[in-house]
Amino acid sequence: MDGFKYQGGGPMLAFIFHRLTALGILFFVGMHIVVSFTSQQTGAEWAEWLNTVYKSPWFQVFIAFCVLFHAINGLRIALLDFFPGFQKFQREAIWVEWAIVLPMFLLAAFLIIQVSLTGS
Amino acid sequence: MNFEYLMWLFTRLSGIALILLAIAAMAWAFIMGARTQADLPAILRWMFFPNPNHVLSSDIPEIDQVWANLFWTTMQILMIVFAGTHAWNGLRMILEDYVSSPKGQTGMRVIIFLLWLVSLAVSITLILTSY
Repeated sequence: MDGFKYQGGGPMLAFIFHRLTALGILFFVGMHIVVSFTSQQTGAEWAEWLNTVYKSPWFQVFIAFCVLFHAINGLRIALLDFFPGFQKFQREAIWVEWAIVLPMFLLAAFLIIQVSLTGS
Repeated sequence: MNFEYLMWLFTRLSGIALILLAIAAMAWAFIMGARTQADLPAILRWMFFPNPNHVLSSDIPEIDQVWANLFWTTMQILMIVFAGTHAWNGLRMILEDYVSSPKGQTGMRVIIFLLWLVSLAVSITLILTSY
């Protein structure tokens, strides 16, 4: 799908993922704070229910991807912006970035699912 | 040297700082015995917010007293201020691409500024009162 169109390719895909993972982190951290506060103060039922949502392994896998991708992609953006001489290697940098993100994410996802299946 | 340039710079510097803060917190967790006395979720909670209200399940003895000093208070406040400002400003930048009317943009910016102010005030209060 050529990085979901507009200018296309790896940079566009990284741009879209950076925004979506940012919203994912904001959603999780915001919910985490509200839920922790509410369940600590009132013990409300909806707060306990939301607790089970973000304790589920699928949500944890999603958040692991969001944090890892956002951190490594953000590091690429910051480094290339501070050293603009390397901007012409942006596509190569994005390949390197995926080569770092994917193994880290797959290891994290494996550990999360393993713990949820075996309980240890 | 306008506001947008400063936030552009802040986003990059705070992003790098957050990665370094998380790595430093993880390293300290291992130095303090997390390898045998804390599980993976506890270490992750420690990385992103080392506070006794957040890391509940570690077996490291008297951890809230260990954290009750200027170093860890500063670490926590830096993390919250960098992450909070980075996040609310990032949300503003995303929403600016979708809210087109000038009135809507002003209202959106006011709401995000207030949310930023309240969330940082609450977080810093929580940090300073948790010992």
